[in-house]
Amino acid sequence: MSKALIGYILSIIALLVAIWLGVSVGSVKVPISTLWDTGADAIATNIVWKIRMPRVVLAGLVGASLAIAGAAFQGLLKNPLADPYTLGVSSGASVGAVATLFFGISVPFLGIFTLPVFSMIGALVTMLLVITFAKLVDRSMKMETIILTGIIFSSFLGSVISLMIALTGEELRQIIGWLLGSVSMRGWSFVQMALPFVVIGTILLWLNRRELNAMLFGEERAKHLGVNVKKRKMMILIGGSMLTGTAVAVSGTIGFVGLVVPHMTRLLFGSDNRHVLPLSFINGAALLIICDLVSRTIISPTELPIGVITAFIGAPVFAFIFFRQRKKGGI
Amino acid sequence: MLQVRNVSGGYDHKLIVKNVSFEVGKGEMLGILGPNGSGKSTLLKVISGILHMAAGEVLIEGKSLRSHSSKELAKKMAVLPQLHSHAFSHSVRDTIALGRYPHQSGLFSSWSVGDETAVIEAMQLTAMERYEHQMLDLLSGGEQQRVFVAQALAQQAPLLLLDEPTNHLDIAHQKQLLDTIKTQAIEKGITIISVFHDINLASLYCDRLLLMDQGEVQVIGAPHEVVKKDQIESVYQARISTNPHPERPKPQITILPDVNEKRNDELITSENFQVTAELVVFQAETQLKTWSSAVINAGSGWYKNFVNRRVDASYACDNVQEEMLEYLADNGFSEADTVGMMTAVKTTDAVIKEYDTPFGSIVIMVTAGVGNAVDVSRTHEVEMLPAIGTINTWIIVNGELSDEAFIQSVITATESKTKALAFEQVKDPRTGTIATGTSTDSVLIAATQKGTHIPYAGPITEIGKKIGFGVYECTVEAIQVYKKAKGWE
Repeated sequence: MSKALIGYILSIIALLVAIWLGVSVGSVKVPISTLWDTGADAIATNIVWKIRMPRVVLAGLVGASLAIAGAAFQGLLKNPLADPYTLGVSSGASVGAVATLFFGISVPFLGIFTLPVFSMIGALVTMLLVITFAKLVDRSMKMETIILTGIIFSSFLGSVISLMIALTGEELRQIIGWLLGSVSMRGWSFVQMALPFVVIGTILLWLNRRELNAMLFGEERAKHLGVNVKKRKMMILIGGSMLTGTAVAVSGTIGFVGLVVPHMTRLLFGSDNRHVLPLSFINGAALLIICDLVSRTIISPTELPIGVITAFIGAPVFAFIFFRQRKKGGI
Repeated sequence: MLQVRNVSGGYDHKLIVKNVSFEVGKGEMLGILGPNGSGKSTLLKVISGILHMAAGEVLIEGKSLRSHSSKELAKKMAVLPQLHSHAFSHSVRDTIALGRYPHQSGLFSSWSVGDETAVIEAMQLTAMERYEHQMLDLLSGGEQQRVFVAQALAQQAPLLLLDEPTNHLDIAHQKQLLDTIKTQAIEKGITIISVFHDINLASLYCDRLLLMDQGEVQVIGAPHEVVKKDQIESVYQARISTNPHPERPKPQITILPDVNEKRNDELITSENFQVTAELVVFQAETQLKTWSSAVINAGSGWYKNFVNRRVDASYACDNVQEEMLEYLADNGFSEADTVGMMTAVKTTDAVIKEYDTPFGSIVIMVTAGVGNAVDVSRTHEVEMLPAIGTINTWIIVNGELSDEAFIQSVITATESKTKALAFEQVKDPRTGTIATGTSTDSVLIAATQKGTHIPYAGPITEIGKKIGFGVYECTVEAIQVYKKAKGWE
């Protein structure tokens, strides 16, 4: 059996287990059978369908989006430390989202999709700026250069958000909690809001799985291999930004998922992007469902922001990857 | 196959390549040469479409480069850039399989039998099969380079562009890689354009060379038309000398250093000779440039020990060279430094004389055994077995001899040796005519290559006069000594 096939089997099992735990564990223990048992207790059914299930699905979508976007960014930039958070793209998406609320923007034909769309635009613009700036600093786009540029943009955009919040007074204070990242109390409407973009973004990235493999050897090499680099790069950037923007719009800034998941996937099942992308998607979903479970149960009844949990896992992994890359002398 | 017409190009605002035109035919290998910054890599990048082409056009099989889509172009042209680093670990097989990218299309683009065959063949050609499942970053630089060659070959494009493919490779890998590529050109008719740093490799493997200087084509043509001393020296601004390759009709170059080493200006005199019961030995402080027909280290080279060894008339050995080398080593002469000859004559009968000339002296040594004398103009008439009896002539010169002078010295020495034999009435016993030499004569010319430059050594030059007279005098004397020893007189 190939490494990749084992990867798919294990990852799907992990996701099912995560969903099962996510649905059944909490302040009230609910058996998973409630999902399909029509004769189940009404309160339990309510808890499962109105609270737990949307939360699990949303966490799954957000985790999947961030993980696959991270995997794509890493491949595109040949940079194992790249992820929506470290690149500053999440901050860009936050600015887009906060600005939408701040200016009360509503575009009629976008309806409920106004927020994610503006969030995506913020993400894409930031991504393009980060890449352009990093290229200006250092044509070879070293790992450190890109991450430093990401930090510069994150800090700047963070202050823009703080400014907007300060200017509005009380109204947007609640945004601060949202900024730290959470999937609680969102309900099915948020799932509805996110789902189309998650699907489109994922397809965009998946269509470029082989191109990403070629780009790992550099854009020039990819071009010689017959990849239409300009077009493919744009597709990947738009797909990645769409997923990041959507994730941020529904759950705020959740860091490091896009870093940890693809890295672990590569470590376990190889670095062929034809498998790294789908496997990251599945595992990203599983990881965030578990993180969300931990965040709401660890100091229950108080909830920790989910970003706290992911950063707790992600920062050490970040340090580890950085250490290993430097040791290897790569890049 | 490929036509490049008046191409100019480079980076954003700076034209590096100016008005370059050339054509390459199917199955041909073209090498691009030029000093650093002459635009050779840039030219390759312009041709491959990576860099901006400001003017001109590139036609592949008669169709403009620009009218190809990315995939179409990759089917026609594979490019091997210089070694590069990568962040993630890929298996060798996956990396090579990426070469099939342009041949796959559609959403799911399944892996076809043709894809598989191409990958396997590329691995076989580069001898990478046993590394198939290894990770790329665990391989050495040379092996990685071979993986990328395999990737380019898997692309199965009729045109292959290479940018300094042998960079960072040791000579075994350089040879292996270029042999593989050249074989593809010969057997499959693949057209190859490669940038080279190494003029010798380019000359050896390419059918034609293009020499660039400051972004323009200086000359394009067969290696012997391009690798010329004056041309290379003016483009590269370095002193070189050219010489033929020992096996192939291709010119090679050698760098001539401009370093002032501590010079040994000591002159060679007859004092450098030592004669023992078994050996006539000449030892110099520093190496002399030598041309000889000796047993050990014949041909040209730089040596400082010259040994004329006496062997018995009954000396017989299956492998003379091996026995001689052993003998020299036992007597403290290293193979690297020593020219060795053999004679049956008593070493004490060697005639050694020094002759003064206006530019510095020459020293001549002759041992003559004429028991086996032959008349070269009559040897075709009689069957002859090799026999003992040799005239060994050494001429050692304080001066700098040109190649012509070395050869003329040999001619002059031979002519005077023959004259000496005539004077002494040495006859070929089989024909009864005057002999011209023996069947196994050897000659050695050695020069310090310091002091006066001596361009010619014909009979009427200063050195020719001395060689002519000296060799004659020494040979006559050596024959007389030989005759006396044999009791002929």
